[in-house]
Amino acid sequence: MILLSPFAGLGRMVLGLLSNLGRVAIYAAQVVSHIFRPPFYPREFLHALMQIGWFSLPVVGMTALFTGGALALQIYAGGQRFSAEAVVPAIVAIGMARELGPVLGGLMVAARVASSIAAEIGTMKVTEQIDALVTLSTNPLKYLAVPRVVAATLAVPVLVAVGDSIGIMGGWLVGVQRLDFNSAAYIKNTVDFLEMWDITSGLLKGAAFGFLVALMGCYHGMNSGRGAQGVGRATKSAVVSASVLIFAANYLLTELFFS
Amino acid sequence: MIELRGVHKTFGSNAVLRGVDLTIAKGTSMVIIGGSGTGKSVTLKCILGLIKPDGGSITLDGQDVTRGDRDAFLARFGMLFQGGALFDSLRIWENVAFRLLRGSLARPKAEAREIAIEKLRRVGLGPQVADLFPAELSGGMQKRVSLARAIAANPEIIFFDEPTTGLDPIMSGVINDLIREIVVEMGATAMTITHDMSSVRAIADNVAMLHGGKVRWTGPVSEMDATPDPYVQQFIHGRAEGPIESLR
Repeated sequence: MILLSPFAGLGRMVLGLLSNLGRVAIYAAQVVSHIFRPPFYPREFLHALMQIGWFSLPVVGMTALFTGGALALQIYAGGQRFSAEAVVPAIVAIGMARELGPVLGGLMVAARVASSIAAEIGTMKVTEQIDALVTLSTNPLKYLAVPRVVAATLAVPVLVAVGDSIGIMGGWLVGVQRLDFNSAAYIKNTVDFLEMWDITSGLLKGAAFGFLVALMGCYHGMNSGRGAQGVGRATKSAVVSASVLIFAANYLLTELFFS
Repeated sequence: MIELRGVHKTFGSNAVLRGVDLTIAKGTSMVIIGGSGTGKSVTLKCILGLIKPDGGSITLDGQDVTRGDRDAFLARFGMLFQGGALFDSLRIWENVAFRLLRGSLARPKAEAREIAIEKLRRVGLGPQVADLFPAELSGGMQKRVSLARAIAANPEIIFFDEPTTGLDPIMSGVINDLIREIVVEMGATAMTITHDMSSVRAIADNVAMLHGGKVRWTGPVSEMDATPDPYVQQFIHGRAEGPIESLR
């Protein structure tokens, strides 16, 4: 019996993971199925759009700026080994647009938005506001989750586009100021090498990440345990699961788009 | 009329309701008393469909509450939650008029605001609170706002979950009087959960005591003091000694 207990524990863990995945999948299907069905809540949608999109701009912009700069330095240092310093503008642009812009933007939004959504909805659950919504003939999933998920799915690609631009600008700034690139040549190189699909694929990734971030925030908030500890746990789970799902989705989408 | 027959509900290994039988006649005020954890709130949430019972039946005017149009069913109810359950992100008037701004009872915004202000006045709050947020009000004022929200759409049935918990004795008296006045004025059926015996005497037409997952005693409030049931006597007099076990 003692020898079997680790296997039993492993089995329980796998079953727990699968049942959680199933619950998340059903929740996601419910959210999607309600997107096009009335009633609609435009005020809640606009509020979510401001909270997720507009107020995330500074943190996404700063992250992109420093990442673009660091990327330029790294590529320059690496490129020097085989006399390929000239690839800095192209690699910074492609790297930002395809990978770093969407992934880092998604992660910053996960940290900022998934946590706040989970904490807000979790607190609403603990203080019976979710029950109050039901007694007021309002479907909590439709009123709380759908506007946030739609807003995040639309807002994150815009954040990614802004982040890409700022990140490329960060690379240009470091390239011109620190690495002695000619400004016009750097910009021309960037424009010449960057293709529309590089940008579009990043924006599509951003939409997928936005969906996952808001979904995880809403799911964990709605399933929050009791008290401050329950809300804290829901918030932590929302950020962790959103981050892991972003990396997993990034790999799958990269396979889909580029392999 | 609301009728519960043999309602059971278990959470994990904890059987909270073990066959609750209760009848609440139309237009009367029923108060449910009982110790903490005896299933008072669960009973109320089962009627509203917030919790699904494991067994038994709950009917409203002869119709099973789990069947039929859910929106139409809920539109007949108003509910005052224990902590108020006001929506933090909405202004006071938007909280009160929540049901009037969306769904089947929706009406123009100006009209909904007017009704909200009238309901606030009914619970003793002036129009100056209408544009505040819940966090800007005291606990007693929040309870009044929650009461205003419960009656905003003139429901036929109103539930009150611990309406005086956390309030000082004077504010408790004010809320009790308001509940009694409003229920009589609207001719509504009321169901209240409370530990507060002054609330029981102020609000109730009938009283039911839950103990051990069942209705231990039920009858008119006028007969409550005279009942020989030792559980009821221990509870209403707040005695530590008696058949109800207490942790000390």
